[in-house]
Amino acid sequence: MAATTIASVRKSSVIPGFGLALGVTLTYLSLIVLIPLAGLFWRSASGGLDEFIRISTDPRTLAALRLSFTTSFVAALVNLVFGLILAWILVRYEFPGRRLLDAVIDLPFALPTAVAGIALTTLYAPNGWIGAWLAPLGIRIAYSQTGIIIALIFIGLPFVVRSVQPVLEDLNREVEEVAATLGANRRQTVRRVVMPALWPALLTGFALAFARAVGEYGSVIFIAGNSPYKTEIAPLLIVIKLEEFSYSGATTIAVLMLIASFLVLLAINLIQSWSRRRYGDV
Amino acid sequence: MSDEAFTTARLPGASAIHFRPVTMERKHVRVALILISLAFLGLFLIMPVVAVFVEAFRGGMPAFAEAIFEPDAAAAIRLTLLVAAISVPCNLVFGLAASWAIAKFDFKGKSLLNTLIDLPFSVSPVIAGLIYILMFGSQSLLGPWLKSEGIQVIFAVPGIVLATIFVTFPFVARELIPLMEEQGRGDEEAALSLGASGFQVFFRVTLPNVKWALLYGVLLCNARAMGEFGAVSVVSGHIRGLTNTMPLHVEILYNEYNFAAAFAVASLLALLALFTLVVKSVLEWRYADEIAATRRH
Repeated sequence: MAATTIASVRKSSVIPGFGLALGVTLTYLSLIVLIPLAGLFWRSASGGLDEFIRISTDPRTLAALRLSFTTSFVAALVNLVFGLILAWILVRYEFPGRRLLDAVIDLPFALPTAVAGIALTTLYAPNGWIGAWLAPLGIRIAYSQTGIIIALIFIGLPFVVRSVQPVLEDLNREVEEVAATLGANRRQTVRRVVMPALWPALLTGFALAFARAVGEYGSVIFIAGNSPYKTEIAPLLIVIKLEEFSYSGATTIAVLMLIASFLVLLAINLIQSWSRRRYGDV
Repeated sequence: MSDEAFTTARLPGASAIHFRPVTMERKHVRVALILISLAFLGLFLIMPVVAVFVEAFRGGMPAFAEAIFEPDAAAAIRLTLLVAAISVPCNLVFGLAASWAIAKFDFKGKSLLNTLIDLPFSVSPVIAGLIYILMFGSQSLLGPWLKSEGIQVIFAVPGIVLATIFVTFPFVARELIPLMEEQGRGDEEAALSLGASGFQVFFRVTLPNVKWALLYGVLLCNARAMGEFGAVSVVSGHIRGLTNTMPLHVEILYNEYNFAAAFAVASLLALLALFTLVVKSVLEWRYADEIAATRRH
């Protein structure tokens, strides 16, 4: 029985171990990820529609969700610009310390978020290394939305650089030479020949940075100030609801976050496939 | 070609000719872009790390040592090591199984499986903690049964391990799948036709082919496992000396305004991150072809 199902799913191959490998994969995936996540949605559904609507229209919930999504969007946008510049100089230019710079890009992947959070707060607090310079100018970074954006820029940067870098490396320079011989100046070549090829990768990086930023907790809570309606991000509100033993509150916000993230990622995917159709795959 | 032209253009003697390849930006644009990048990285990535170490040693070496060897900190370090020692091997086995199935076979639903493996990347760590509370907490369906059996998952080590596994779930698989797909099945098929058994093929052909990517995946997985904060924070209950991992201990110290001690423990985690990056860079320079596949995706 099992053998026939496997045979009907898989195309023939001489390599053994398909059943074992797929079995382990699916079992582990179900136990760790799928069943617990399904439990979240089941729990949310069993709480009833009235409860769901009451919590999801609560001004504090809406303020937290709006804050999380807008700050993540701004941070991902900043990363889109600087990630492109970084990928560009790392691939195209030779300069002393390039390899070191390349290695440093991955720092946010490796540095624990709580460590990043307290370090950024120390730098940008009104009495901090950088904050002390900005305070007399009336610029307040820590304990404001700007602080949240700074933390989200930190954690999202590598996604854009690492998405764009390999595409830029594989890009055929001859196309640019052709553009130049046909009379295009450098700005035109970059804008009309190089950028169209980079857009799908840029969007992928943007989407990854955005998705990561929406869910980010550790680096943000230290620098945000966490005052309700102003600097309280959605993941923090989930934690607060849990501490108040409001399981339905936590569950509802979590479901809203997942649905919203899914819609945003879907939209980015659609834009991506549209730009692929328009400019061709690279 | 154009790179060679670029180097000649950079020679001091050549500056009189002022030669610039057509695929290169003007010099002032190049310098400006590099300076912007350096400023950006310095401000956002390098200064935070420097700050961690400066703050950690502000009170001098004795204060640093005291903060690290203090019993609660030592317990947090032990728990962090224990959690990583359980969760990383679990994800390693899963990563190998998943990449074997995906890279060496064609089957229906492969791209769906690929997407599902990446799912934990786009779920907030806080939600990762929450789903286990809903499954194993006192409010859950399993709650009463677990209580009667005397098993504690939430606010105990098993919950912390589960949350960590969820958050670090895709790391090993993500490194292996693109590389193994690129390497194809030829080596394995050749070994099989020469009479090797399935396990011989796996341990003597496939595994050596991917060993550096595997090591890199394990390192990243480990760094994330030891540093995970959000998911662990939700399920741990913050019991000092019992269910506090290193990042949670950092948070508690920081919120108590014990900054020197907080940064001392944080500096250990920062060291782990720097170590991970150094090994990663060395692997990339020495074995570029063998892990390059991941970069090409």
